[in-house]
Amino acid sequence: MHAVWVIAKRELNSFFDSLVAYILLVLFLGFSGFFTWLYGADVFLSGQASLQSFFSTAYWSLFFFTPALTMRLLAEENKTGTIELLLTKAVTDRQVVLGKFLAAVLLVAIALAFTLPYAFTISAIGPLDWGATLCGYLGLLLMSAAYIGIGLYASSITSNQVVAFLITLFIGLFFHVLFDALAANFTGLAGLVFSTLSMSEHFDSLSRGVVDTRDLIYFLSLIVAGLLLAEFTLTKRNLD
Amino acid sequence: MDIRIENLTKRFGPQKAVDNISFDVKTGEIVGFLGPNGAGKSTTMKMITGYLGIGEGDIFIGDKSVRQHGDELKRHIGYLPENNPLYTDMPVIDYLIFSAELQGLDKAKIPGRVREMIEVTGLKAEKHKKIGELSKGYRQRVGLAQAMIHDPEILILDEPTTGLDPNQIVEIRKLIRELGQHKTVILSTHILPEVEATCDRILIINKGKIVANGTAESLRSQSSGSAVMRVVIEGGPAELVKSTIGTLPGIRQVVITDAQSGKLEVTAEPGTVLGRSLFYMCVEKGWVLTEAVPVETRLEDIFRNLTLN
Repeated sequence: MHAVWVIAKRELNSFFDSLVAYILLVLFLGFSGFFTWLYGADVFLSGQASLQSFFSTAYWSLFFFTPALTMRLLAEENKTGTIELLLTKAVTDRQVVLGKFLAAVLLVAIALAFTLPYAFTISAIGPLDWGATLCGYLGLLLMSAAYIGIGLYASSITSNQVVAFLITLFIGLFFHVLFDALAANFTGLAGLVFSTLSMSEHFDSLSRGVVDTRDLIYFLSLIVAGLLLAEFTLTKRNLD
Repeated sequence: MDIRIENLTKRFGPQKAVDNISFDVKTGEIVGFLGPNGAGKSTTMKMITGYLGIGEGDIFIGDKSVRQHGDELKRHIGYLPENNPLYTDMPVIDYLIFSAELQGLDKAKIPGRVREMIEVTGLKAEKHKKIGELSKGYRQRVGLAQAMIHDPEILILDEPTTGLDPNQIVEIRKLIRELGQHKTVILSTHILPEVEATCDRILIINKGKIVANGTAESLRSQSSGSAVMRVVIEGGPAELVKSTIGTLPGIRQVVITDAQSGKLEVTAEPGTVLGRSLFYMCVEKGWVLTEAVPVETRLEDIFRNLTLN
């Protein structure tokens, strides 16, 4: 566990040292702030004391935000060869993957924490449903974690960051929109399967304040699948 | 901790990078790994450090198999990989702290240990610079410092002196010699005088197989298989001297290199006491033996002999 934290700490520092963290924080806050408060179906238009407009904006901005965070994590180590030095230290492959995962999740959590003033502002103008709001934040965090898992896997199979970014977006697109679109076009079992796989299906119900174990299982299984695949890619070097 | 390698084989596709090699390295011994590019040196080292999986055979470190206890054994090993990959965006001191923490060093011991390593490797003036800003030689020192940071019992150094200037090379060799007194060290290199200067034993590996294993002296006598001496004898015609030497016991070949000054090269069976019999011969004939230099086979020649065919 200690090793996981040591790796996470280094990655987090490296996000801030390389300005990636600042750029993404500014972009994320600017983008979601603009659409939450100033433009389109914003808070004032909906006339309700809720953060729904923020959640639906962040649903998309985090989708693009996370691959940019994860693309570097393993691809760069593969490219420069530092992965060899890292894996010959007293750490397991799993600890390396978990440490990097934790760093990216923490950065997303920091970004989300900066939007908490939105919630306090709205609760000052009207009766905000805090339960639903916290669930919405949980949903955003779990969704990002799922994409970080996928991103780590994409980053582990290549030494090119751009390729890692695009693979993550490609896989993510299926969960983010395509399965939902397919679900609308199919009935019966196929429709059920596609709607179960769709991210928006699970995110929407969570952001409305409904905590369903099925949703949690969905997010957790995506996370675990991504991390196990990434770990497997690292371990593959040992196989003949 | 001793290292014992048993029938180690590693395939990459159809090619055998390491082909059924076995050897031991004892505690307090520095073993030099020599071989042409692509001979399997780095592959063997990567398997010892647990980076690459073991194909066939096994490696034992202090009686524990790397196959079964690989992750646990890692903390006893300090490793400097080929090309010395480092995080170029990290300051030297942060990187050393990071390495120490990853190796599970006691938190209270880390600052002292880092300071000591910076001292030993001469990085004091550069410790706050980013690794990316350092020259190759300084990066190499960072690589050595991170390998030794947790005071490992085993050091695996893949070409430790590349990129260093002659003064640094001498310092690092001295450091390795000192460390080698109570640690187990395996280092690989292309620089032949380096192995002679630092290593107790030499392993020459070619096309995945060990072709020589022994001290520099034993390799010399094995490979040449004869004693060669360059002599200058004055006072008699070279042809006569040559034929007279030919009658001495154990002589294989006599070549006149310069008839004018009486220079000859004498090759004899190994173990022949050449100097003594040449001296008595000259005394008997009334010639003067002005020069007698035993010719050592150079390590370069041994290396070329063993690896070129």
